[in-house]
Amino acid sequence: MTSTPGGGARDEVLGRVRSALSGVSPAVEVPPAPRAAARDDLVDLFTERVEDYRAVVTATTRADLADVVARAVGAATVVVPAGLDLDIPGAVVDDGLTAAELDAIDCVVTRAAVGIAETGTIVLDHGPGQGRRIITLVPDRHVCIVDAAQVVADVPDAIELLDPARPLTWVSGPSATSDIELDRVEGVHGPRTLHVVLVAD
Amino acid sequence: MSGTFVGMPAFPTAARAALGDTQLRRNLAHATHTIRDKRARVVAEVEDWEELRLAGAGVKEAALRDLATHLETLEAALTRAGATVHWARDAEEACAIVAAIAKRHGADEVVKVKSMATQEIGLNEALEAVGIAAWETDLAELIVQLGEDLPSHILVPAIHRNRAEVREIFRRRMGAVGRPAPDDLTDEPAVLAGAAREHLREKFLRAKVGVSGANFAVADTGTLVVVESEGNGRMCLTLPEVLVSVVGIEKVVATWSDLDPMLRLLPRSSTGERMNPYTSTWSGVTPGDGPQEVHVVLLDNGRTRALADDVGRQALRCIRCSACLNVCPVYERVGGHAYGSVYPGPIGAILNPLLRGVSDEQTASLPYASSLCGACFEVCPVRIDIPSVLVDQRAAVVDAHRGDRIPRRGSHWQEAVAMRAAAWTFSDARRLGWAERASGLAGRVLGRFSRTTLPGGRAAAGRLPGPGAAWTGARDLPAPPPESFREWWDRTDGGRS
Repeated sequence: MTSTPGGGARDEVLGRVRSALSGVSPAVEVPPAPRAAARDDLVDLFTERVEDYRAVVTATTRADLADVVARAVGAATVVVPAGLDLDIPGAVVDDGLTAAELDAIDCVVTRAAVGIAETGTIVLDHGPGQGRRIITLVPDRHVCIVDAAQVVADVPDAIELLDPARPLTWVSGPSATSDIELDRVEGVHGPRTLHVVLVAD
Repeated sequence: MSGTFVGMPAFPTAARAALGDTQLRRNLAHATHTIRDKRARVVAEVEDWEELRLAGAGVKEAALRDLATHLETLEAALTRAGATVHWARDAEEACAIVAAIAKRHGADEVVKVKSMATQEIGLNEALEAVGIAAWETDLAELIVQLGEDLPSHILVPAIHRNRAEVREIFRRRMGAVGRPAPDDLTDEPAVLAGAAREHLREKFLRAKVGVSGANFAVADTGTLVVVESEGNGRMCLTLPEVLVSVVGIEKVVATWSDLDPMLRLLPRSSTGERMNPYTSTWSGVTPGDGPQEVHVVLLDNGRTRALADDVGRQALRCIRCSACLNVCPVYERVGGHAYGSVYPGPIGAILNPLLRGVSDEQTASLPYASSLCGACFEVCPVRIDIPSVLVDQRAAVVDAHRGDRIPRRGSHWQEAVAMRAAAWTFSDARRLGWAERASGLAGRVLGRFSRTTLPGGRAAAGRLPGPGAAWTGARDLPAPPPESFREWWDRTDGGRS
């Protein structure tokens, strides 16, 4: 399988692992990870936690969604993934745009797969309406539509729902760094503005 | 173009130099206290933090104890998902694999996600030697690389640099390797981050090959996980045509659901956030999205040596959060460079000797770079009992050098001589009796004339002369009791008279 130096490396590493563990019982009791008590204000908590990262959250209804998204986009050039169930005037539909082409576009509008209330996270599984990973990365502003029904309590709930066979991107606020004197700065390489549009009925 | 830890002096020497650098101490004290407080706040939010730690420790320990099985499962799942799996016994082999892949694609540069494993194996230097430039894209790594400096912290490798120093490095060095820093560059962190964004963007857009590590590798699904903040990771994992991930074999967790305690523990312990800005997961190749050629290099490089150590094995649970560095009173004062490794701080003080053995003087000095206060164990999200491993590694150092005709150089030789004298005395009842009478006499003299009193009223020796001064320079030596236990037993017939 390997075409690179060290054809015997696989057997040797596995052999070393086995001999290192000879006489060691593989049985370990793994205590279950605790779950926080259920709460009924998940959407409020989600909003508060997303805003904590200095992302913008706009709550709206299904009827007003198109208007709210149009206002969030403004006069910017915008790309959308195939399968986005929303008409955005002037939007370019991604059909395999190059990184350089995407670099010239200001804004991207997508949906998400899951929202996590406790951590203020949105997760994209890059299915229809979410698009290739690159389109939510290169443009500087990401407008992400999350349905209130998609919001779950905490990380374990999200992990149960998500499909590991798909590539996943967990997004908690805009791109950030604390690498200089631990001083948090929003906006490095990923979108510097994250705008979450939260749709409730 | 970056520095090297090779030839670093042993910890006491390096630490003494670091302690004299007041700028460094100021930068470090500010940074470690800031991040410590942030961590404490978000950890306090989690009601069952201790149960979460137990779950995290359990997940990693279970994976380690059946590692061969999980590695084979991981290999099969990755292969099914379209990835090519390589195995590397050591650093040299891993570097050669990465270089061969880059060469095959005619690449003269690669973009890199911050990765401890690739630093550990010296990948950048190895690639440079064959004419391939490796661009670090994490902001702190960029500062270290441009400054031809060494990393001094696992999470924030440039923690020893302040904003003015970063501005100076960017102005002086960026132009030589790509887009120069703008003329009006200030020392505002936001402006400096903006300059890094502009500098690196052209490299992201043209790179053919990306190199990463992984925070976790899920065996049953063949999924790799990279946890980051800036989006440089996403750039490297998404834009290039070819992706090579160098993954230590200890990164394996058994199942997809095992990610749960880990993804809750890591960000809170590491950056002090509820969740880091970006986490990417991928399983092999996704047609039409991201790199269409995906390689995974599974790396040993001493990990199986640590795995064989019954006490030290737990160090392989480490998820590189660096919480132990931020609370360590020793790290806070001397910084990361004094440890002479990409793994500094308390975890480095056990991981380096476990991975490499303790035959060289520098590594053998690391288990002593601790006051054993235990703060590291308390904050460790996977409950690595670092103090116990430190003590065990000190024993390993002593064992490894027991046969030395001339005691090892450094600060411990006098101790070794004293221990040998003690062994000679204790091994013979008559010799012990003489020693006890001498010590009782010293106790009575000290009790009468000593001006130092310990809490509880017991007299203590002041400064001892000669080699003993090293001991009393930092500690009180209690005056020996005037009567030994054996003398008391003889005098009172075991308390009956």
